[in-house]
Amino acid sequence: MSFSITDGPIDAGALRALVQDPHCGACVVFEGWVRNHNEGREVLGLEYEVYEPLAVSEGLRILAEARHRFGLSGVACVHRTGRLGLGEVAVVVVAAAAHRDEAFRACRYVIDEVKRRLPIWKKEHYRDGEARWVNCRHCVAADSEGLAAS
Amino acid sequence: MMRVRVRYFASFREATGIDDEWVDTDAKNLRALFDEAMARHAGLDHEPAALVAVNDCMADWDARVGEGDEVLFFPPVAGG
Repeated sequence: MSFSITDGPIDAGALRALVQDPHCGACVVFEGWVRNHNEGREVLGLEYEVYEPLAVSEGLRILAEARHRFGLSGVACVHRTGRLGLGEVAVVVVAAAAHRDEAFRACRYVIDEVKRRLPIWKKEHYRDGEARWVNCRHCVAADSEGLAAS
Repeated sequence: MMRVRVRYFASFREATGIDDEWVDTDAKNLRALFDEAMARHAGLDHEPAALVAVNDCMADWDARVGEGDEVLFFPPVAGG
């Protein structure tokens, strides 16, 4: 079980090797990529901010939950911090189990909980020069009033 | 009166213009402590999905504040 934060490219192959186990017949890998659009706006890149002490401890807790719930053999996750360009890998989850059903469900559980619970924030940089924190209600309101910093 | 350290992240840091501050407070819980922060910082506003942690453990908004606590105010998270 491994959870980490990195400011460099993620090696999905190395992560998969971590969970390799002769008891496993399935390994599901999820990669989150930086895409070029969100909610109708053209995105040029992202900036992640992570509060690492708690992201790691809570991340490990999520992996332990997944292992317990789905009877996984191995599970691991790496999340990026800092600035990322289009197409870069922002997060990787690997889940290995005896059979594919548990592996798929566990992988889905981990990425959903990572997005919901970890102290990680994402700022999108748009083609028009604006930047905005994602999911921030107040920031959206400020944007619509033209108050957002450019 | 208690003395606690309050830290702000992401949009909250930009709204307050600071990373952290020491405050003297009588706030009965974390929600009240955030209300006090809003009174000090005009740019800070309620976020229904905001999270809070104390001494590096996730906490409930109704939890009490203790002398010397380090309170972390997290705006809505967006990992992945």
